[in-house]
Order: sequence, then structure tokens, then C-alpha cells
Amino acid sequence: MNAQNAVEARNTVKAFGQGDAQVRALNDVSVEIRKGEFFTLLGPSGCGKTTLLRLIAGFEMPTSGTILLDGQDITYLPPNKRPVNTVFQSYALFPHLTVAQNIAFGLQMLDKPAAEVKSTTEKMLALVKLEAMAGRKTSQLSGGQQQRVALARALAPQPKVLLLDEPLSALDLKLRKEMQIELKRLQTETGITFVFVTHDQEEALTMSDRIGVMSAGKLQQVGTAKDIYTRPVNRFVASFIGETNFLTATTEAGGARLATGDLIEVAGTTPGQRVTVAFRPEQVRLVTAGEAGAIPATITNLVYFGTDTHCHVALNDGTEVVARLQNPSTGDAGLAIGQTLALRFAPGAAQVVED
Amino acid sequence: MSDRAFQVSRLPGFATIAIGVFLALYIPIFTLAAYSFNTNISMSSWGGFSLDWYVKAWNNDQVKDATLRSLIIALWAAVISTAVATLAALGTTRRKAFKGQTFIYVIINQPLMVPEIVTAVALLIFFAQIKVITGYQGLGYLILAHSAFCVPFAYLPIRARLEGMDLSLETAAADLYATPWRTFRHVTLPLLLPGVIAGAMLAFVISLDDVVITEFVKSGGQDTLPTYMLGQLRRQMTPEINAISTALLVLTIALLTAFFLINRQNDKN
Ligand SMILES: Nc1ncnc2c1ncn2[C@@H]1O[C@H](COP(=O)(O)OP(=O)(O)OP(=O)(O)O)[C@@H](O)[C@H]1O
Ligand SMILES: [Mg+2]
Repeated sequence: MNAQNAVEARNTVKAFGQGDAQVRALNDVSVEIRKGEFFTLLGPSGCGKTTLLRLIAGFEMPTSGTILLDGQDITYLPPNKRPVNTVFQSYALFPHLTVAQNIAFGLQMLDKPAAEVKSTTEKMLALVKLEAMAGRKTSQLSGGQQQRVALARALAPQPKVLLLDEPLSALDLKLRKEMQIELKRLQTETGITFVFVTHDQEEALTMSDRIGVMSAGKLQQVGTAKDIYTRPVNRFVASFIGETNFLTATTEAGGARLATGDLIEVAGTTPGQRVTVAFRPEQVRLVTAGEAGAIPATITNLVYFGTDTHCHVALNDGTEVVARLQNPSTGDAGLAIGQTLALRFAPGAAQVVED
Repeated sequence: MSDRAFQVSRLPGFATIAIGVFLALYIPIFTLAAYSFNTNISMSSWGGFSLDWYVKAWNNDQVKDATLRSLIIALWAAVISTAVATLAALGTTRRKAFKGQTFIYVIINQPLMVPEIVTAVALLIFFAQIKVITGYQGLGYLILAHSAFCVPFAYLPIRARLEGMDLSLETAAADLYATPWRTFRHVTLPLLLPGVIAGAMLAFVISLDDVVITEFVKSGGQDTLPTYMLGQLRRQMTPEINAISTALLVLTIALLTAFFLINRQNDKN
């Protein structure tokens, strides 16, 4: 037990259905979420993100495993007894109540004195900048405003942990960017632990203190944005976050040998194994053909992206690799489709990942 | 044209048949209403406009009595059947599907399917025995009988409302520290209310209108408005009956209109 943890899941399994039709939405997930951090669960659709949140909120009980809140076992505690609040993807605002009444709901259910309910509600309205809307019905609000009401309603009872299930997915891009900043500000100001679910990697990278990458009911890797981007533990994480080139190779003393016969420098491998080598497009450098130690290649496509160009090249055995090159401020890079050249990597760029 | 979808309204003779059906449905009702304003006692000759029959009906103590009794029974039946229907609707929608659920639906909707005359005879025999045992002769039997056959009418709009309700609202209430009871009290019930009102109004109208079961179950001197009217028809037909029918018709239309308005309000939200 670590006193620094706000939430801890230990070996949680959640299975739906029975027999052959059984789905393991969570398959032995263990995670520690620290007090006061902005923790993001990132993964593709159906990987079990919502299920993990629902276990923490208490809407669902795990098939096996334990959920701890502040070190207390809350696995079987009903949701209304957990100091945890949720911002639902659909917002789930009460349509028969006004904005202020929605925000006050949790405080009233906690039987707080009327004066406290009133002052906290006002504080929350100010926090999400909705003072002018206090008396409106929630159906009279825009999507972004409803989103803020949902946030204020969940923050008002000052939960130990705030759970957010893809809260921004219904918003358009501009509003989404604004709300990302807003959310981060609210988290810093309130100091409440946020557990944020998204399948948008950019959202995860820009907002989180730490990220847990999930796939197929399993937690693949937990770490800071930088950890996960620069040291992905497996092929799934490497491909899900950012763009990555994968090459199959066989390890030997000096590195890993590709099917083309070229050698790539990788660290910490035992010789004689078939491995997957991963590297990012921006870690590839293009040099003139024939340079010693560089891997010969031919340009197959060039895609212009403004600040940089994606240069698709084919190795001698036809394997495709993407290199990202910063565009020079004047003139052009002098590249053309069909041109032959060679690839080099920044030292330490290429690494072996698990499949 | 072959690419146009089949439409009944394009069949030959559709308009003729439609108009015929409307006339068959509404001419008797309009005639009935019109003759309630007739000065003559006759049903076949028009003697000029008057409100005499309404005044007469209004001053008829038997009519007053029967009306009051009808309203009391309908009110109680609406309240009891709506309460039962609300619980039934919650029980059949707010839990996982269970074995025998179809059977439960059948039981709840039984009054819609069993011929009314069968229920009437069964209740007559059943209540006769209870009357002997308890000696109680009051309106309770009628109220109970009406409550029973009104349940499915109250149940349907309430269930429809519950099924259309966003379940995540109840989850959100639980998340915000509401106990199951307070979730029901502060979230489910307020959102269900339009359905409950609609159900109660439907039950009220159905009870107000009942003849067969009432005729069998009532004790002496417990005429409701419809059974009183039936009794009058057996003796002598006067436009007083027309006047009472018209008044009842107006009340029913008013209630049903309110029912539809409430439903439409629901759909908008
Ligand atoms: N109540 C349920 N009954 C049966 N299967 C379920 C249930 N809830 C979730 N699942 C299954 O569990 C798996 C994980 O679902 P979950 O909702 O946690 O995914 P998610 O990561 O939140 O996906 P998304 O990004 O699409 O919201 C899915 O395969 C889903 O079909
Ligand atoms: Mg989800």
C-alpha cells in the first residue's frame, strides 16, 4: 500500500456474459493513480476504458480483484457511498432542474446546510463561468455550456477523485481545444485527482501527468507522455501513439540485421533472435547514396505538411519506411520521387519492441 | 407509377368508403347531441332549441347521485390503479429481464384480454361471498373492481415513459450521493410524472365509462351514471338521456385532449 495513491486497482477482472459468449472487458488490470495527478486512460474503442471507470465509480462490481480509494477497499461499496464523481460522456444533466439545481444536487444529497450549498454552488458557477446561466434549464444551453455544468456538478461535492469519460468527444475541434485548457486549469486549481478517458492520443499527450495505455482489456504501459512516446514497451503502444516505423530484424553482436543485409544499431539485445525494431519518422536522417553504414533506399512518395515533409522510401527488399524532414526555411530540400539515397538514425533512436 | 410505394389512399373508392365510415361513426353522435337541445320530448321531430333537458337533468337527484358516485369511483380507481401501475412499470423496466417476464406482462394486461362479461360474473360471485362473510355493502367493491380493470390503461403510458427515460440520469444521481430512494424521489419520479398523470387520466375516463362490470358488481342503490342511463333506457327514452350523454361526452373529450396535450409536451422534451 502506498499512501500516495488516490485510486488503486489490483488484478481486476471484469467479465460480461457467460460461457462462450463471455467478454473479458478487463483482463487482470492493476494500476496505481497518484493523489492530485491528471491520469489519462488511453486506448482504442472497446478496450475497456469505460469499464474501468465504472468499477472505480461503483456502477459495476468486478468479477475478481480489488479497488482501493485512499487505501480503503471500496470494491463492493455502492456508488452513492463513494467520494468519487463522474462526468458522463452524455453529460446526463437532470432535465427537470436548472443549472444551479443541477450543480447543487450532490451537495443536497450529502445533506449539507443550505447556506453551504448556496455558496458552493455560486463558487462552482463562477469557476466554470456560468453565473449568467444559473436559472436556465439545461436544455437551453449549448454543448460546451452543458459540458461545463456537468463538470461543475461533479466538482461541487469536492470528490477525492473525478472520473471523466471522453467528456470532450461531443464538442467541435475549437471548443475541444478550449475545454482541454479549461480542464487542465480546473484540475490544477482544485488539486483533485482526475482520471480522464480518451481515445485521442493528442489529447492524452498534452493534458496528462501520466498516461495508461490500454488495449484489449489489458493495461499495456503506464508512464509520462515522454516515457510512452520515447520508450514504448510494445508494438501496440508504439503504433497507437504517434507514427512509428517497424522493421523485422535478427539480432547479432553489433545490433540487428535487416532482411536487406543492413545493420541497425540497437542496444541491449541477445544475439540470434528475431525482433521488431521500431523508430519514429523524425528520427530518420536522409544522406547521399553510398555513404558507409547507411541503408540504401529509394523515394516512393513525398507528402508536404507545411512545416515538414513526409518522405516515403522503400528499402532494397521493398519494405516501406517513412521519414519526417523539416522543410528548409528557404528553397526546397531537393528531393524527388525515384531518387536513390540512404537512411541513418540518430544514436539510440531505433529500439527493439515486443510484439 | 411502379416506383411509388403502395398507398391505401390511392385505391379506387377509398374516399367514398372513408367518408361512409366517418358518417356512420359521427352522425349518431351528432344526432344525439343535437336532440339534447330539442324542445320536444320526441326523438323524431325537432321542436326548437332549448336547454330544458340540461336543466332537468341537473335538477334530477338521481342523476346527481349517480354522477357523484361515478366521480368518486373513477377518482379512487384512477389513484389506486395508477399507484399499482407505477409499481408494476418500475418492476418490469428497472431491472434485468427475468424468467417469466412475458407472463407478468400477460397478467398485468389481463383485463384487456379477458372478455369483460367473464370478469364481471367472476367478480359478482367473488364479491357475493365476501359480502356474506363481512357484511360490508359499500362502494369499496366497485372501487376495487374498477381499479383492477384500469391498471393496464394506466400501465401503458407509464411504462412508455420509463422506457424512454435516459438511464444514465439515475446513474448520475447515485454518483452524486443519492440513495436509491432519493434517486427515485428526486429524479425518476419528477421525470415520470407526465406519464403518471396521463395514465391516471386514462384510468379515470375508462372507469367513468364502465357499464358491464359495474352493472354486475353494484349493490342496490349504487347506480353510476352509465348504469343509471341504461336503466332509464329500459323505461322511457327522453332527451334528458341525450343531455347527460352529451355532457359526459364533453367531459371525456376534455380529458382526452388534456391527455394528448400532456403526451405531446412529453415528446417535445
Ligand atoms: N454491459 C455490458 N455487457 C456486455 N458487454 C459489455 C458491457 N459493457 C461493456 N462490454 C464490452 O466490454 C468491452 C469494453 O467495453 P468498454 O465500454 O469498457 O470500452 P471502451 O474502452 O470504453 O470503448 P469506447 O472507447 O468505445 O467507449 C467491449 O467489448 C464491450 O462490448
Ligand atoms: Mg467508453
